[in-house]
Amino acid sequence: MAGLQLLSEYGLRVDGRRPNELRQIRCKMGVFSQPDGSAYLEQGNTKVLAAVYGPHEVRLNRSKTHHDRAYINCQFSMAVFSTSERKRRPRGDRKSQEMDMNLNQIFESAIRTELYPRSRIDIYLEVLQADGSNFSACVNAATLALIDAGIPLKDYVCSCTSTLAPSQGGAPPTPMVDVNHVEETLGGPGLNMSTLPRLDSVVHLELSGTRLHLSHIDPVAEKASTGAADIMAVLDKAVRGHVAQCLHARELSGQGADA
Amino acid sequence: MEVTDVNIRLACDRICLPAVSENEVQKLFTPGEDIPTCAGFMRGHGTYTEGEDLKASVAGVKEQVNKLISIKPLKSRYNGEIGDVVVGRVVEVQQKRWKIDTNARLESVLLLSSVNLPGGELRRRSSEDEKMMRKYLQEGDLISAEVMNVYQDGALSLHTRSLKYGKLSQGVLVKVFPSLIMRRKNHFHSLPNGAAVILGNNGFVWICPASGLEHQEDSGSAGGFIQDLEKEVPKADREVIARLKNCILALANSKMMLYDTSIIYAYEESMKFTVTELLLPDVMVDVANLTQHRLHLDIAE
Repeated sequence: MAGLQLLSEYGLRVDGRRPNELRQIRCKMGVFSQPDGSAYLEQGNTKVLAAVYGPHEVRLNRSKTHHDRAYINCQFSMAVFSTSERKRRPRGDRKSQEMDMNLNQIFESAIRTELYPRSRIDIYLEVLQADGSNFSACVNAATLALIDAGIPLKDYVCSCTSTLAPSQGGAPPTPMVDVNHVEETLGGPGLNMSTLPRLDSVVHLELSGTRLHLSHIDPVAEKASTGAADIMAVLDKAVRGHVAQCLHARELSGQGADA
Repeated sequence: MEVTDVNIRLACDRICLPAVSENEVQKLFTPGEDIPTCAGFMRGHGTYTEGEDLKASVAGVKEQVNKLISIKPLKSRYNGEIGDVVVGRVVEVQQKRWKIDTNARLESVLLLSSVNLPGGELRRRSSEDEKMMRKYLQEGDLISAEVMNVYQDGALSLHTRSLKYGKLSQGVLVKVFPSLIMRRKNHFHSLPNGAAVILGNNGFVWICPASGLEHQEDSGSAGGFIQDLEKEVPKADREVIARLKNCILALANSKMMLYDTSIIYAYEESMKFTVTELLLPDVMVDVANLTQHRLHLDIAE
């Protein structure tokens, strides 16, 4: 790995992208029949599955409900085969608990929970293949699954990770959007931002990896924000296609009933 | 040693729903999108106001009735309306009522005063009746009921005060999404092939032998709580019921609406496959397409 540069002298990254290019996003909604909503999302080589159950009544632990809004429960887990080394990850460990808490906060501010008093919404996320930006891909997949379940949201929640390539040859350090695994592990800061693009508001911001100087925060955050807006365009197109397809099938079959 | 056939398919060969042309995408709204409005609008379900603008909160079609604008999502949990027929499962026996799971956001309630007492008497419910509640309906029983009332938080109150509602005995329950069931005048159908179907508005569909429903209507004095589990259902009836279940799942898979005509057509189109073949995905799509085609021909006439 010595001598591997994040940004080559031609301005290309390790996987051949330009600094402001996102990886290819492929997604599918309604992949499971048992949960109320489900989605599968691929961001480059990162593959995530999301399943949403709810809103439904809380059965056993009545204390975990709010009287005026819904209780949101997110569970993040990585499959044992998701990384290059097969690693058994226990469910309740610190790292996934922290991820769960972050996801709870994000979706509590995006879902219109005041419509569902005393109910509970469960969101389950599973990372099948981890190639960088796992958390962002999870947030995007969960948004699609919530839309599939028909749960009202204020806006799409789109998430993107950006980093800063170190300066080379006197040029200022360039911010790069949508990091993959190699860029994450080579060092350098990773700024993870989740936004509601149409409302232009940030719901979650996290910095991991090395420290980031104050003067660099603005360009890196700006890059992440535009990355999230671009991701929203892709997700929006996928949602429209899916809804149009289902409506088409329903219209063709529903016409016979009125006759 | 006998080895059964194993069916292996490649994921890339999976058949998807047919693609749609672009001009049909116009009335769709996605969460966070502005809805063009007229003055003095009223906002309905699926929307929210952000300052002056009206924005969508679900992905679906815009429905406008005069000044009421609402967005209807494709899939959602069952939202009860008064007068709907539902099929539900008892989950809890409480002091003067039963809690029923009907695939809604909150559990529905069946009050003791909303059921017919055995013997058909009309009297005030006493404390003996409360103790005998478990003899009428236990946890795990399936019932068919009608929505009497909707509480403020959205929970439904059911009643079984007619002879056609009550405990369901032998049959098969199929769960589909509530939006696939059309609202009709009659939800109890007796199909010509010897089976009877109850299409619950909440997405629960109950299939039973035709004699099952008649029996309920005959036992007038029992008020619909007798469950005849000893009666043996003949094999031909069982096959009809299994085939109907697979047809309903095939129609639901292709997102087609379920009502008596579409189920009957799907059943007839499925006769060229065996009952087990109907579980294969490409056969399901095939049956759904043939049914769609037949329904189209119906309209063309």
